[in-house]
Parts: sequence; C-alpha cells; structure tokens
Amino acid sequence: MTEKETAAAMLAILDTPATLTALEKCLLNEYQRDFPLCASPFALIAEQQGVTEEAVMGTLQSLQQRGLISRVGPVFAPQRAGASTLAALSVPDAALAQVADLVSCFEAVNHNYEREHLYNLWFVVTAADEEQVRQVLDRIEQQTGLPVLNLPLEKSFYIDLGFPLWC
Amino acid sequence: MTAYPQAMNKVQQDGQLLDATDRQIIVATQAGLPLVAEPFAALARQLGLETDEVLQRVADMQACGIIRRIAAVPNHYALGYIANGMSVWNVSDEHITELGGLIGGLDYVSHCYQRPRYLPLWPYNLFAMVHGRSRDDVMARVGAISALLGEHCRGHEVLYSKRILKKTGLRIKG
Repeated sequence: MTEKETAAAMLAILDTPATLTALEKCLLNEYQRDFPLCASPFALIAEQQGVTEEAVMGTLQSLQQRGLISRVGPVFAPQRAGASTLAALSVPDAALAQVADLVSCFEAVNHNYEREHLYNLWFVVTAADEEQVRQVLDRIEQQTGLPVLNLPLEKSFYIDLGFPLWC
Repeated sequence: MTAYPQAMNKVQQDGQLLDATDRQIIVATQAGLPLVAEPFAALARQLGLETDEVLQRVADMQACGIIRRIAAVPNHYALGYIANGMSVWNVSDEHITELGGLIGGLDYVSHCYQRPRYLPLWPYNLFAMVHGRSRDDVMARVGAISALLGEHCRGHEVLYSKRILKKTGLRIKG
C-alpha cells in the first residue's frame, strides 16, 4: 500500500468510524495476542465468535486491503543484535531539512523523526557493536557540527501485549 | 550487516540453537501469514516441511521469546490513533525500577525505557511512548502518569512527532 493509499484509508476511518462492523472491531481488538496456533485458525476464530470461517477470512482480508491491519502473524522480539541507541540533535530550523537528510542517509539509522522540542531531530542508530554505533554518532557530529545527545537504553519496562482499541 | 535478533543470541547462549529452518520460518512469516483456510499448511508447503513441524517450531519460538505474540496486527495510525507523544520523566533513581514497571504496564504506553540523563541539558531518565486518538487524549493520559508518579517525579515533557523522516521495518535476514 502506498503512503497515499494509507492516508486515504486513515481519512476514511476518521470520517466514518461507525463504518467498522461489530465483527471487524472484534477481530481488531480480540486477536492482538493469542491468535490460534493450529492448522485451521480461522475456523477456530469463527467458532469462538459464532460466525462462518468465510466471514472471518473475508473480514481479515478486507481489513488488510484497507490498511487497517498490517498483517496477521507472529510479532517477533525487536532486533537487539549488537548495539543500538536513541540519539537526538538540536538543529537550527534553517538547517533542519539538510541535517535530517544527512542523518537518514546513514544505513545504521533506521528511525528518524522530527519532534517538537529544542531537541528536534530524534533517531535510532543500530550497528554490530557499541564501537560502530559510536563511530556513526561521531561522523554525524563531524558532518553536522552539532553535539549528539546519546541516550542508550539502560532498562526496558515494556511488556508487549497489544492494546485495547475499544474499551 | 548481520542482523539476528538478540533473542536468537540469547537462545544460542542457552544452548538451544535456532537452526536454518527456524530462520526460514521467520523470514517467511515476518510480513504475515497468507489469509487462507490453512495458513500453516501453505507455509509448510512453501518451505518443504510438514504442517505439524511448522506449528511446533512456531510454538517453541514463542515459548522462548523470539516470537512475542501471534496477532492480527492493527495499524493504529489508520484506525485513528494518530496522536502519540514521547513522554520523558525525571524520576528518582532509587525508585525507577518500581515506577518503570508501573508505567510500562499501562495499556496505552508502549516502549517504556530507562535512559541516561545529561545534566543540565537533559534531566529525564524515563521514557514512555503514550498513544491516543488526539493530543487531548494523550495529555489526559500523561496527566494520569504524572499522578501515578506523584512526588517521585521532578519534571516531565511531552515530545510530539512532527514528521517521520525515515522508518525501516524488520530487517531479519535469512
């Protein structure tokens, strides 16, 4: 799905949130974990929800085509091989576009966000080890002339269970 | 770049080696299962395996934490959860483990992490991504976190994203 199509899907939903059927809401809300791990999972969901297997599969296909679910399948633990860090720069407005492009061009940068703050550029650097992460940060500092705020993860408190869309 | 999840390294350290077949399953499913009546059988045919073996290997990977959950994964943004704020908190170091556990367990918080301070420029040591349908929604939830932290919090800010400039998805290679 292109960015434009995703945006269109999003606007459609914002305009008409009531267009989601009860089955669509149920499938979106109830199967963010514990999707059945068996040979015929859609038949089992159908049994749980009192609908047909075709209705479950058709609804999931429709939700996926409309971009409302990104996929049905395993959610893997995040890539934590080697080393990574969250880093931030405080970039003067006039230089922001140029600096943002420079940062995004590093292969080791896999997320780069503009945020509303004195520190206005936030990015994640991932590499094989801490030394390589440090080298990427050093090169960004050299090429931009700006000091990098380096905020590596010290401890995670995140338990990923999905989250309720409708309470 | 060699890119295996740390979970795999952990498993390897524990002596339960993930083999090439597990990695094939990871590569074949990370973009999602086919929406057919027997998706794991379809996957098994694609990989030249038996359905039961695929199911067992997926169950084993889930049991050891490489797979966190199996889901119909909602696109939160497309569903109207368009507001997210990166909330950053200056909390007392001696209580951070207890407080982090409390905040990380809230169902509207994802990615709750302890990170270092850089005084005086950056006093915040706890990060929590807060999701909502609007900024008002996010602010109300940030207010709830503030109330939970109480006297252990010496200040906070919320940084909203203005633009996504780069976002690369899963990069697990076969």
